[in-house]
Order: sequence, then C-alpha cells, then structure tokens
Amino acid sequence: MSGFFSRERITAGHGYNRWLIPPAALAVHLCIGQAYAFSVFNEPLTRVIGVSQSAPDDWKLTTIGWIYSLAIVFLGLSAAFGGKWLEKVGPRRTMFTAACLFGGGFLLSAIGIKTHQIWLIYLGYGVLGGCGLGLGYVSPVSTLIKWFPDHRGMATGMAIMGFGGGAMIGAPLGVALMKHFHSEISVGVMEAFVVMGVLYFVSMVIGSLAIRIPPPDWKPRGWTPPVDAGKMVTRRHVHIDQALKTPQFYLLWLILCLNVTAGIGILGQASVMIREMFKGSITPEAAAGFVGLLSLFNMGGRFVWSSASDYLGRQNTYFLFFALGTFLYSMLPTFSGDGNIVMFIVAAAVILSMYGGGFATIPAYLADIFGTRFVGGIHGRLLTAWSTAGVLGPVLVNYIREYQINHGVAKADAYTTTLYIMASLLAAGFVCNLLMREVHERHYMKHDDVDDPLQG
Amino acid sequence: MDEKQGTENHMVLLVLFWAYVLIPLGWGVFQTFKKALALFQ
Repeated sequence: MSGFFSRERITAGHGYNRWLIPPAALAVHLCIGQAYAFSVFNEPLTRVIGVSQSAPDDWKLTTIGWIYSLAIVFLGLSAAFGGKWLEKVGPRRTMFTAACLFGGGFLLSAIGIKTHQIWLIYLGYGVLGGCGLGLGYVSPVSTLIKWFPDHRGMATGMAIMGFGGGAMIGAPLGVALMKHFHSEISVGVMEAFVVMGVLYFVSMVIGSLAIRIPPPDWKPRGWTPPVDAGKMVTRRHVHIDQALKTPQFYLLWLILCLNVTAGIGILGQASVMIREMFKGSITPEAAAGFVGLLSLFNMGGRFVWSSASDYLGRQNTYFLFFALGTFLYSMLPTFSGDGNIVMFIVAAAVILSMYGGGFATIPAYLADIFGTRFVGGIHGRLLTAWSTAGVLGPVLVNYIREYQINHGVAKADAYTTTLYIMASLLAAGFVCNLLMREVHERHYMKHDDVDDPLQG
Repeated sequence: MDEKQGTENHMVLLVLFWAYVLIPLGWGVFQTFKKALALFQ
C-alpha cells in the first residue's frame, strides 16, 4: 500500500500531459471549498430536535458557531504542521489523507447529529474536517508549480480558484439535500452530511489518484528557464526550516495576513453593511445578491490576478493590490455618503477580487523567493496568517462598529472608521511588500542537498 | 500507431477530467450568478 502512494509510483513519464494536473487539484479544492458555505447548516442545526422550530434541548447558534471556527483553526494548524510531511511523502498520500479526514469528518458529524452529541461534530467537522481542509489545500500547490514553471501564478490560481468555487457548489448542494431529506421527523442535515461526506470523499480520492509529479529533469517542451529572471525570482532552494529564519517569510506572512484581514472585513459583513450604508435602497434579496456578486469576484480574482502576476511580477501585483485596495477602501465611505450605489458595488467587487488574488498569488511569490523544492510546506506554514486574519478581520469590524454605535454614531456612519482602518492595514501591507528583497546567500541550500530526503 | 492511440486516449481523458470538474463548478457559478442578479432588479 505504501508503494501505491510513493513518489516513485506517481512520477509521470516524459510524455505525460501536464494539463491533467490542474483538474486533479481542482477535484480536491472544489470539495474543501465547501467550508466557506458551512453557514447554510447553522440555522437547521438549531432545529435538530424540534424540526419545525427550536426545542429547549436544541443547540444554540453560539454553540454551533464553534464548528466553523474550529475547522479554520485546524486548517491553519494542519497546513503548518503537515507541510513538512507533504514534502516528504508526496501529494498523493496527503491528498488521500485529506479525503479520509474531510469525508470522514462529515460522517462523524452525521453520527453526532443523530445522537445529538455536539462534541462529535466539533471533533468530526471541526478537528478532522479542519485537518482535511489544511492538508487538501496545500497538497497540490507545489506539484502545480513544478509542472508549470512557465506559468506558476496561473497554475496555483486554477487550484485556489477551486477553493472559492467550492462554496458556490457546497451552498446550493447543502440546501438542496436538506430540502430533499426534510421530513416531519428530520431537518435533513444528518442525511445531507452523509451524502456530502461520501461525495466529497470519492471526488477527493479521484483527485489523489490522478495527481502526478514531474520527473526530476522535466521542463515544458520548448521552454528554457530564463537566465536572468530578476533578483526576486530564484532558481535555488531554501529549506523549509531555514525559510522560518528569513525576514522574507515574516514579511510575506504579514502581506497575506493584512490582505486577508481587509478582505474578510468586508466579506463577512457585506450583507449588513450595504443595507445599513444605503438604508431603504437595498432589499434583503438585493443584499444577498451583493454577497453573491462578491463571491464571484473573489473566485474570478483568484485566477485572473494570479495569472496576471506571471507577467506583472509578484511584487508588482501586490503593490497593485495594496495601492488600489487602500484607495478603494478609503473611497467607500464617500460613495456611501453620496448615495452612489454603483460605484460602491464596483469598488467592493474589485477589493474582493484582490482578496482572492492575494490568496492565489502567494504560493507563486513563495516559489519565486524560496525556490520550488519546499514551497508546499512553506506555504502551509504561511497559512497560519489566514487563521489569524480569520479572527482579526471580523473582530475588527464588529467591535469597532459596536463601539461607535454605543457612542451615538449613526448606524450608516458606523462603518466609516472601520473602512479607514482597513485602508490603513492595506497601506501597511504596501510597506511590507516594499521591504521584500531576495533571500540572503547563507539561507540557500547547497547544490548537493537539494535532492536529498527532507531531513536537513 | 500505438503512440497515436496513446495520445488520443490522453486527449479523451483530458476532456473528461476537465468536464468532471468544470460542470459542477459551472453549476455553482450559475446558481451564484442567479442570486447576484437580484442586486440589479
């Protein structure tokens, strides 16, 4: 069995078509992206006993809120700690493990719903599912970068776009399944979890079976590595542990964290924000449409911006994100004050496209700075920035807004300070990006160590 | 001949595999797009 998962077994021949790799990565990312859509289960989970309405013994929304929070925390932890393992065992084993954890997490949670044991859902979707999320997220990234040295940004953008798209499948699928299984004695969540667990497991296993790594000396036909790709694109490699000793890792950590914090700030509150800033003009349906539009731009931006970064350069792309983001964020209160809904929507959509673009471009930025050898593991460690931003973004928006309302600020104006804070976070990101330089000579691996097993 | 057959099989696999991921993604995007249209009505 270990042979089946080994690197030797999944090393492709020289004639292998590299365009078979992105769908393998997408098969995984489209599944784990469901996490973004977990909120569709929140309200039904408060009616598991009462079915038509909450019974006294039913779970409260605050209890259920922990499931998603746990999943995001374990996503960051597993990506950080599993990255080194990924580099050692290769993508097939990690993707298969992710399939077992994510699919199994759903099934364990279904048992938790059936027996009404919340800790089983915390353990199932939160801990196991979260670990599946983290491992599944990072496992195809370095493989894609190695198959597409000529289009690193586009390749990782395709996979990470899948994570954004996964929510678009997961949300309507979850709702449709709950509707199908709804009866007088069941809200249909338990049955939906079983079906989704099996579906996601099968799809992720297909991805893991299809993944291949290129032969060591492989390069795209007709492509020669540029002799001088610029100081910010190395052809050497930094060891995964050594990367943590470089200032570049922490600058990139901050770049990702600040970009994500600013994006989450608007994404998490989009529906309420637009209704309060344009009171009376936006219906609840239109506000939901606004959230949908932002999701589309979030997904599209992942592919478009990361592909563009192949031509613009990674540092320039982030300069654009931070400069344009700072400007647009600081303009949002003005658009709101003028009652200019169209410009407000356009600005928010562009901001969200750059939020997605920031996620999708960071693996290629890491590969440029640290080399491709350990980029999967280094990317995993960098994703702790996402977990941090996942807490920081909503907290900033909610607490500042609450503080202002408690001090007599009108609801429509309560977002102004928050939006200016988000703009200043992006300005700080601009400075971090400005400080990025190539890695110091002493951090690179010696030529002989590069192909050695991971221990080093 | 065998090489040509192999390439054709690769192409079929390629089309099928891309369809396998793009059809559900397209369905999800369409559902979201329908929802987003409410913003302009």
